[in-house]
Parts: sequence; structure tokens; C-alpha cells
Amino acid sequence: MLTLTHFLVLAGLLMSIGLAGIFINRKNIIILLMCVELILLAVNLNFIAFSHYLGNVEGQIFVFFILTVAAAEAAIGLAILVVLFRRRQSINVDELDSLKG
Amino acid sequence: MSVTPDLLPATAEIFVLIMTCIILVVDTFTPEKYRASSYILTQGTLLGALLITIGLYTEQSIVTFHNTFILDPLASMLKGIIYIVVFAVLIYSKHFLQQHKMFKGEYFVLMLASVLGMMVMVSAYSFVTLYLGLELLSLSLYAMIAMQDQAKSAPEAAMKYFVLGAMASGLLLYGMSMIYGATGTLHLAEIQTNILDKFETHSLLLSFGLVFIIVAVAFKLGAVPFHMWVPDVYHGAPTAVTIFIGSAPKIAAFAMLFRLLVDGLESLHTSWQDILIILAILSMAVGNIIAIAQTNIKRMLAYSTVAHVGFILLGILSVSQSGYSASMFYTITYTIMAVGGFGMVLLLSHKGFDAERISDFKGLSTRAPWFAVMMMIFMFSMAGVPPFLGFWAKLLVLKAVVVEADMVWLAAIAVFFSIIGIFYYLRIIKFMFFDKAEDSEHLTITQGMAVTMSINGVVVLLLGLYPGILLTYCVQAITHVIQ
Repeated sequence: MLTLTHFLVLAGLLMSIGLAGIFINRKNIIILLMCVELILLAVNLNFIAFSHYLGNVEGQIFVFFILTVAAAEAAIGLAILVVLFRRRQSINVDELDSLKG
Repeated sequence: MSVTPDLLPATAEIFVLIMTCIILVVDTFTPEKYRASSYILTQGTLLGALLITIGLYTEQSIVTFHNTFILDPLASMLKGIIYIVVFAVLIYSKHFLQQHKMFKGEYFVLMLASVLGMMVMVSAYSFVTLYLGLELLSLSLYAMIAMQDQAKSAPEAAMKYFVLGAMASGLLLYGMSMIYGATGTLHLAEIQTNILDKFETHSLLLSFGLVFIIVAVAFKLGAVPFHMWVPDVYHGAPTAVTIFIGSAPKIAAFAMLFRLLVDGLESLHTSWQDILIILAILSMAVGNIIAIAQTNIKRMLAYSTVAHVGFILLGILSVSQSGYSASMFYTITYTIMAVGGFGMVLLLSHKGFDAERISDFKGLSTRAPWFAVMMMIFMFSMAGVPPFLGFWAKLLVLKAVVVEADMVWLAAIAVFFSIIGIFYYLRIIKFMFFDKAEDSEHLTITQGMAVTMSINGVVVLLLGLYPGILLTYCVQAITHVIQ
């Protein structure tokens, strides 16, 4: 029998993987974008689990909004990535270091 | 419950949305030499929205769209300030945009879209509207930074802002899902009523949610230790975008902080007060100390923003009516000063030269004495020297901390760090008045810019002499929400 806790733990794990990916990854910006998506999907799982166990549909409606915004976010992220690549011929995270101080 | 919501309270938002679409279409069909038409239409939209918001002003709270949208004095007032600030930002940045090939319809459309996002955030009464407004604002800002493809550092700044901003939104949503799980609702008013009886059974879930929400809001405001993006983005973005990011979104971020922590989660204030104290102290310390070491004016102003955010948090954490209104007063004051300060950087820039180094201000008093005086007013005001506006903002916040929260030690720390902060503001004044100019090129200052800058400076001085005018409105707006 699956309980609410199972879902929450899974969402928590996905969230942690996403956050860890953002901080540990030093190679490729596309992986950063994937981590951001993973975080948002973990949140969606959380909302749906709560919504189901509370018997309240609002959470599921919110998930539709989050999915839509996540799609727009991914589009803008990739667009910025293209601009960045044109400027530097590289999408290495370590080379994003011209701004500091 | 009727199916069609009452649209009247959201007229201003609907107007801005329609005008954004119209400008997008008009811009596509106008030839290059009439490009200014989009600029004028944008200015017109802001003025129109201001008139609508003033016309709709009521003393009551009107809730619509199935309890997800609220129109109250706080929302009306913050929206009004947002329009005025963005109006000034557009005038300051026009010249810069034309010289950097950014004077395009897309820029104005993105700007109006982010204004719409801020309006929705300010009027949000549920997690859904708050999140949608926030994302509309952030997504437009990411695109605006990356728009200028000639700039070397702009794409890098955009990418940093994007990754950290998206992560912060994720954290915010995660926190919201926890609160939703504990209280079973997404509406701020219902959360406020439900939270008290859930506190016993779901205290762990609620505290988790609260921490995630505070971390996310601290990211958006730029409070230490979540401030890493602020200096990089301010520095890397084209100056015309920096002035925009540095001003109006701060008001929206304040609204978000207020709606979440005070409107929604005030019952948990014993938990969030301590977190905010740490954030505030760190922000004031790191902001003021690191700003001293900067040689780039945009970076210096970025760290000064971080320090000011510390003060804004001080007002909120005193958990009292006067504290909230002091915090609101501080946010508005800061925005007015920041627009002026960044506006001066735009004013000194000319073709092929961005006045980004602090030393570019050397000898300004001989090149443009009137504007040197204006810059002096902004710097004195940011430092908190009486009788300028910034002094009253600091005084009110400190008074709330001492009188309402009874934390004299905290006020003493705040004063200590502001005194450190005075150093780097005074250094600019010293450069302007006592050093020789390195750059002797004639300044091209457009008339609109000169007039707006003068009004901006005079407002900082006059509101400093009569702070009651602005303060009364802030107190009224907050009193109305609290009861």
C-alpha cells in the first residue's frame, strides 16, 4: 500500500538530486536546465500527492500552471544558452567567470 | 459562486495586457524610422494604467477571480509607484537604448510584460497568482538582459540570473506545496485562518514549508546569503536593464514578502522572525563592507542594494503595524533613490562608453554642476543623512525595531553598519567635487532626461523635508490590511 509518505519521500529525493546537480555539475549548462526541470517535477509530484490525499483538486490545478510555466522557462533558458554559445563558443559552467568581484 | 468573475478590480491589468499585445502588433507594422511610436505607446500605457488604478482606488478590499486576486489600498499604492518608477526608467534609458541598438518593440513589450507580472504579484491573494506573477516578471527580465547580443557579459549575466532564479522559483513552489499539504488550501486568507488549528498536528510540515518560502523570497530580494546573483547581474546587464531590475521589481518583491509572511503566515511569526533577523544582519554587514571594495559603480550599487534589503527585512521582522509601514516606506524610498542613482550612470554614458567605473564620476561638478548636486542628493539620501528622504526611512525602521520589537541591540548593529556604509557614498561625492575629471568629453544630456533627473532629485529632497506625505499613505495602506 502506497501512503502519502512514500510520495513525499520520492519528491524530496528528486528535489535533492536536482539541487545537488545544480551545485555539483561544473561541466555543462544543459545539465543545469535539466536539474531545474527535475526540481519543478518534484514539486508537481508533491502537489498531486497532497491533492489526492486531501481530496482537494486545487493542487492539481496548480500543477497545470506549473507545467505551462516550466515549458516557457525551458524555452527562455535554451534561448539564452544559444546566445551564450554564439558569444563564447562554449557552454562550460566553469568558463562563466568573467563577472566577479 | 458565479462562473464569470468580477473583472472590474483587474481593469488595470487587463488594460496593460491588451496594450502589450497592441504594441507588439503596431511595432511589427511600423517602419524603422517611426520606431519611437512604440516608446510613446508604452509611456501612454503606463499613464493610462496609473489613471485606471487611481480611479479604482477604494478603502475596501475587493477580492475576485475566486479569491485569487485582491484590490486593496496596499495594492493600489504599490502599483501606482511601479508605474511612475517604470515611466522614469524608460525616460532615463531611451538614449542608451538608441545607442546600443536596443530601441526595439520587443524591449518595450518585455518591459510591459514584466510590469504586468509585478501588478499581478502585488495583487496576488493566492499561491497560484503569486507564482504566475513572479514568473511573468522573471522570465521577461531574463530575456531583457540577454537581448543585447553585442555585450560581452550580458549573456553570462542572463544565464546566471536564469539558473538561480529558476532554482529559487522551484524552492518557493516546494515550500508552497508543504504549506498546501498542511492547510489544504492555496488561498492566503484561508491559510491564515486554517493555520492555527493545524499548527499542533502539522508543525514539522509547516516549518519546512516556511523555511523554503523564506529562502526563495530572500533569493528574489537579494538578501545575504542568497545574494550571489545581485552583483553579477547588475554588473553584466546593459545599464538600461540594470536600472529596471534595480528599481521596480524590489517593490514587487516587498509585496511578495508581505503577502506571504504577513497576509498568509503571520501566525508563524515566532518562527520566521529569527530567520529574518539573521538574514537582515548578514545583509547589512556583507552589503556595506563589500561595497567599499568595489571599483565598478554598478557593482557598488548592487552591494548597496543588498544592504538596503537588510533594512527592509528589519521593518518586517518587528512584527507590528508601524514596522510593516516603515518597511513599505523604506522600499518605496529606496526605489526612488535607486532610479536616480542608476539614472546618473546612464546620464554619463555616451556612445561606445559606459560610465561604469566609480572614477568616471571624477570632476563631475565642473562638467555638469547641476547633475553633480543631484547625484550628491541621491548619495546622501542612500547613506541616510538628514534631511533627505533616506534618513526618515532608516529612522522609522529603527524606531520600529526598538519600540515594537524591543531589540535595541539589533538597532545598534544596523546603525553601526550604516555608518560603515556612509564611506562609499561619500567617496563618490568626494570624486565629484574634489577630484579632476579624467574624461573631458562633452556630456550629451537629453532634455527629457534632464527634467526627469531634476524632478527625481527634488522629490528626494522635498519628501525628505515633508516625509509625512508619503508616510501617511503607507500607514493607511498597512493598517487597512492588518485589521
